[in-house]
Amino acid sequence: MARFALTRFGAAIFVLLSISVLVFLIFFANPGVDPAARIAGRNADQATLAQVQAEFGLDQPLPIRYALMMKHLFVDRDLTSFVNRGVLVIPQIVQAVPVTLSLVLGAAVIWMVAGVAMGTLAAAWRGRAADPVIVLVGVVGVSIPVYWLGEVVNLVTQSRLHDSVFSWVPPLGYVPLTQDPASWALHLLFPWLTLAVLYAGIYARVLRSEMMTALDEDYVRTARAKGVSERRILITHALRCSLIPIVSLFGLDFGALVGGSALLTEVVFGLPGVGRLTYTALQNLDLPVILGTVLYAAFFVVLSNAVVDLVYAALDPRVRHV
Amino acid sequence: MTATADRKSSEGSQPVPAPVPPVTVVTSYGPWRTALGQLRRNRAAMASLVVFGVILLVCLLAPFYASTIAHTDPFASNVAGTTVIAGQTVPVLAPSTTGLGLGVTPIGPTWDPTHYFLGADGQGRDVMARLLYGGRNSLLIGFFAALLCCVLAGITGVLAGYFGGIVDGVLSRLLDVVWAFPVYLLAISLSVVLLTSGVRIGPIFIGAGSLWLPVLIIGIVYIPYVARPIRGQVLALKEKEFVAAAIGVGSSDLRIMRRDVVPNVAPTVVVFLPLMTALSMLTESALSFLSVGVQPPQASWGTIINDGLNLLYTRPAVTLAPGIAIALTAVALNLFGDGIREALDPRARLRGGP
Repeated sequence: MARFALTRFGAAIFVLLSISVLVFLIFFANPGVDPAARIAGRNADQATLAQVQAEFGLDQPLPIRYALMMKHLFVDRDLTSFVNRGVLVIPQIVQAVPVTLSLVLGAAVIWMVAGVAMGTLAAAWRGRAADPVIVLVGVVGVSIPVYWLGEVVNLVTQSRLHDSVFSWVPPLGYVPLTQDPASWALHLLFPWLTLAVLYAGIYARVLRSEMMTALDEDYVRTARAKGVSERRILITHALRCSLIPIVSLFGLDFGALVGGSALLTEVVFGLPGVGRLTYTALQNLDLPVILGTVLYAAFFVVLSNAVVDLVYAALDPRVRHV
Repeated sequence: MTATADRKSSEGSQPVPAPVPPVTVVTSYGPWRTALGQLRRNRAAMASLVVFGVILLVCLLAPFYASTIAHTDPFASNVAGTTVIAGQTVPVLAPSTTGLGLGVTPIGPTWDPTHYFLGADGQGRDVMARLLYGGRNSLLIGFFAALLCCVLAGITGVLAGYFGGIVDGVLSRLLDVVWAFPVYLLAISLSVVLLTSGVRIGPIFIGAGSLWLPVLIIGIVYIPYVARPIRGQVLALKEKEFVAAAIGVGSSDLRIMRRDVVPNVAPTVVVFLPLMTALSMLTESALSFLSVGVQPPQASWGTIINDGLNLLYTRPAVTLAPGIAIALTAVALNLFGDGIREALDPRARLRGGP
């Protein structure tokens, strides 16, 4: 296990380095346009351009430029926005992280619970009416743009039915957990559900097919022959083995969520997280902020994937011997 | 065939020549034809294909709709324009009556295909016409990005799997990095840099704001999704006897790849094509929504949703219509893709997208 952990983190560090080089090449070594002009934002004056030039060492060779970028991002953490003059980027990101984590973790809990419940029921009721419905929900889940679903939810809860059924829904925005836990949960409820609804369908679908396979295995037949009840077979035998691939899927999707759907959901629900920070930066072409959020989010995703892989290896010893 | 059947088919006065003895050997069709037959019997897949075909056809008719039916220019703003509803001339953008009375409210859906069927957007442009034009762009980007992705991934996967060693080492590490890089973040980084300047790849120059830029970006970020399974398949194929035999008779690497490897991985690539088209289209819409996809004055379903963001509570049709179009198209493509997968390669497993 220790060896597996070491190799896995070694791979993660390699990937982190490669991603930072890739981002560096995209932002600073793309031929054609002067990177200084791009970082300084639209219509920057000569002094700003010179400042950018010096700060990122744009007249220096590539490796030094790379080192300077990494220094500004991770060592000195003094990357500044040139669009919103003088605003430090990294503290902005650090401030936004709890919002994004609140959104993603809450949604993950909901979709795991709902997905596992739906998948188990679908497998228990195979051939009945609920089964194809769950399959269809899974397909619809990968087909609906999440930000659009969020807008539809807003339309219903904030406007069309706000005077009757949904009068208890607070206006869009975010309240920190430390300030008022109840209000925090209430503000995040619909963003959570929006994200979770789509993923729950996919997970139910995957779990259903895993459990179908498991239910045909010999150990299930043996359990039946021993006279174990159907419910017990379903939960303690079939479900337990089928959960393993779900964990690895979760690792991938959690990362994709932080770097993707969460970004879009934050924009729609007005949550001041990393995603919205990126969105506003994109609107102003505020490159230092984009650079910062992209690298920090990518690093977080890679590390969380590594952690999920370790959990996976702890659950399933076979994985350690690859 | 039995004698009864023969007699039935030969009703009439003419004596028929002695029936051919029953043939027990069933002509076997190639794998592609077998799969096609199976696909045809899959009702969900066929229905999806029809739905997709209708959407495609309607979108292709966009210029016809705009010029002949709606008589509108979907790319020119029409701030001061008027239109006739129930005999009354009304402005396309009416002054807002709610709140502070600032801003304007575009007219809502008239449900009359000859003018403003789905209402107007914030600039007084016909949403229906823009929806059709936007659909053309969304479908075009979705399809060509998927095609580019599948071709590049096919080449990468086959080369990495076939040659192994250092080629595999380098290509696989590259795929690992792109795979670990969250798709949207990579696409955003590429878009934000390339969209302002365009990009030159060898002799081809793709200008800033070109539709081929999102095609290129989306095509590239999804390569690992397709290349990794193909590489695995090629690794397994290399162990097969027919490859050993081909090596034994002295075939060149190129010939083995062309005659033995590629035909065997082709079904996987075909399975991926509709699913990747759906995924690419969804990615395009998300990037356009974030304003780093299709650039104005061009439209796509994502940009129209973005246009409707400020009008959500007053004129929800601007937002709802393109979203429904995206969802319908993606469901159709996914169900059709599932049908192809079942017909061609029942063991393939795919991961859901964002």
